[in-house]
Amino acid sequence: MADADNIVVATAEKIFADLADPQTINHDKDGRWAAPLWRALSEAGLPLAWVAEELGGAGVDLADGFAVINSAGRFAVAVPLAETLLAGWLLQQGGIASPDGVMTIAPARPNDRIMRNADGTLSGPARGVPFAKSARHVAVVAHDGDGVSIALVETGGLRIDAGLSLANDPSDTVIFDKVAPVAIQRAPAGFDQDRLMLMGGVVRGLQIAGALDRLLEISVRYAGERVAFEKPIGKFQAVQHNLARLAGESAAASAAATSAADAIAGADAFDDAVFLEAASAKIRCAEAAEKGAAIAHQVHGAIGFTTEHILHRFSLRALAWRDDFGSESHWAVALGQRVAARGADELWPLVASR
Amino acid sequence: MTALRFDPIRLPGECEELRKEVRAFLAEEIAAGTFNPFQPLREDADAREFSRRVGERGWIGMTWPKKYGGHERTFLERYVVTEEMRVANAPVRRFFVADRQSGPILLRYAPEHIKMDILPRICRGELCFAIGMSEPNSGSDLFAAKTRATKTEGGWLINGSKIWTTSAHMADYMIAIFRTSPATKENRRHGLTQFLVNMKSPGIKVNPIPQITGQKEFNEVVFTDAFVPDDHQLGEIDGAWKQATSELAYERSGPERFLETYYVLTELVRAVGPDPDTRSAEGIGRLVAQLHAMRRMSVSVAGMLHAGKEPVVEASIVKDVGTVWEQQLPHRVRDLAAFVEEDAGNRETLENQLTFAIRTAPKLTIQGGTTEVLRGIIARGLGLR
Repeated sequence: MADADNIVVATAEKIFADLADPQTINHDKDGRWAAPLWRALSEAGLPLAWVAEELGGAGVDLADGFAVINSAGRFAVAVPLAETLLAGWLLQQGGIASPDGVMTIAPARPNDRIMRNADGTLSGPARGVPFAKSARHVAVVAHDGDGVSIALVETGGLRIDAGLSLANDPSDTVIFDKVAPVAIQRAPAGFDQDRLMLMGGVVRGLQIAGALDRLLEISVRYAGERVAFEKPIGKFQAVQHNLARLAGESAAASAAATSAADAIAGADAFDDAVFLEAASAKIRCAEAAEKGAAIAHQVHGAIGFTTEHILHRFSLRALAWRDDFGSESHWAVALGQRVAARGADELWPLVASR
Repeated sequence: MTALRFDPIRLPGECEELRKEVRAFLAEEIAAGTFNPFQPLREDADAREFSRRVGERGWIGMTWPKKYGGHERTFLERYVVTEEMRVANAPVRRFFVADRQSGPILLRYAPEHIKMDILPRICRGELCFAIGMSEPNSGSDLFAAKTRATKTEGGWLINGSKIWTTSAHMADYMIAIFRTSPATKENRRHGLTQFLVNMKSPGIKVNPIPQITGQKEFNEVVFTDAFVPDDHQLGEIDGAWKQATSELAYERSGPERFLETYYVLTELVRAVGPDPDTRSAEGIGRLVAQLHAMRRMSVSVAGMLHAGKEPVVEASIVKDVGTVWEQQLPHRVRDLAAFVEEDAGNRETLENQLTFAIRTAPKLTIQGGTTEVLRGIIARGLGLR
């Protein structure tokens, strides 16, 4: 998807290439790479790319932001770029200006609910919130009897229990206990928590697709270099066929995720067709992560199982990203219910409408 | 390694108008009893009149030049017609091979007077084509073909046999490859030539081979001094191998490569009703997501073909992933159908369809290029061989 002709994407790619080299990051045990990378991304206006200029951002198209996220997946960058982008997008839905600095989103799981109390404060738990500990602000979807609100909250007033994702990235539990938000607004008509989850799911899908693209690339390269039984293992048909299957999974993830991103970027409403696109992207990318990561590891053998090798940076993140904003099981149930409710003869028209 | 691209191509507006026309046409045909959309087991030999009516609508040879009876419509419009026919279980076998493969080969390699004679008849739905590739000792290894074409006065004499030839029993023509020279040391693919064969000519015997689905589509075709005139030779003598690859992207990436067993999914959704349990909902949701992703890949390749590109690797990926999916689909539907209420109104229909689909499933990853061959092509595209 990454489009080299596009200035926003090209800028992001250059920053990743210069400051997010997987080999360098993997050997940097003190994490010194993170600050310069974040600084460069911020100076380029990328974390707030989706926020309109009058609300403090760069006012970039949704499509370009999605392409940047896909590219970030190719580098498996463990900085809260996708999270800050999503937070800025969410705040903009409520007409709330975005502050500078790292942001994240709550809830990050579809069944968590944060309540808006009568006095305007917020209460409730949100589990699996990415990068909450390092964020300065959280963009929140909250509920009360009158519907859905969008709020901006400083992390200083929150209880945050640090946790780690499958890929050892921050995935924290955030407790809102009558916290007064910096700003709060009623969400626009039609906006609900599912919409945030679907948007987050597509973002994770794009990251998974990017990581799979890279898993394919490094696995093909390794198969051409590693010699066993007196020839490169990539010359063995069994290995070739595994890599062809990995290419298929990478292709499916890429097609599903870029299609969903395109659908959301061009959508006026989150109708059944956009729901199909977004839910399918999360489901199919997650399935591809499972199959693709397994093949990449199989091709690499023992070396890929070590922390010394970069493989795990991509394989574990592709697997970990499945868990955020609703797992594939969650969205499969939701999609299946929707398809069943529409009825058998309305299934093909829905699929064909895309 | 070149990056794989599956851009989010959307079918343009005119396709949706066309889709409505195709659906209305198919609904009329079903109402008239031409075919039963719930019954995939049938012989298409008797669908001669249906083929003609499809031809009258302008839906055969859609993309070909008007002077040959075509309609100069886009590859994406053809895509819509193909997928709607497939989903409706329409009896397309009589004309589909000619529309997809044989016609484009003739357009490219046949002499003008042959094109003027045959292509308009294909477009009218009058002709059925078969493909003569496999032989008793030459399947995936196409270049092992032994059936000979020997030069004679004004043409060639064919001797040998083709096998697993779908539709040969009802075909008017076959496009086949025959050996005109031995392979060389430098190039084992050398020595085969492509021909157009009139199946009504003397010296051709078609023997049916029953299939495990209960259908009779397969045949053995035996040639004994069958005469093929000079002007029926297609392309370069001994150079068929150069002609074989460019059509493959068209052949491999269409909707027929993942929709062959689609009907069982529709029936499963009907059987579980509007409020399925969690297990059924999850199973259906996954299958629908996989179907959608598959179709988006396939449409993306169609868009690249439309733009004049030759996405050979991407097309092979679509066929690999698509045929494996359509092969697994009836088994996954069977898993879920185990929990369908005994009194579901369409239970018998679903069970009959599953029986047929599960019997069909093994061929899907064999016909038109096996999974193994496809993965070899993909591996070559990845730079591994």
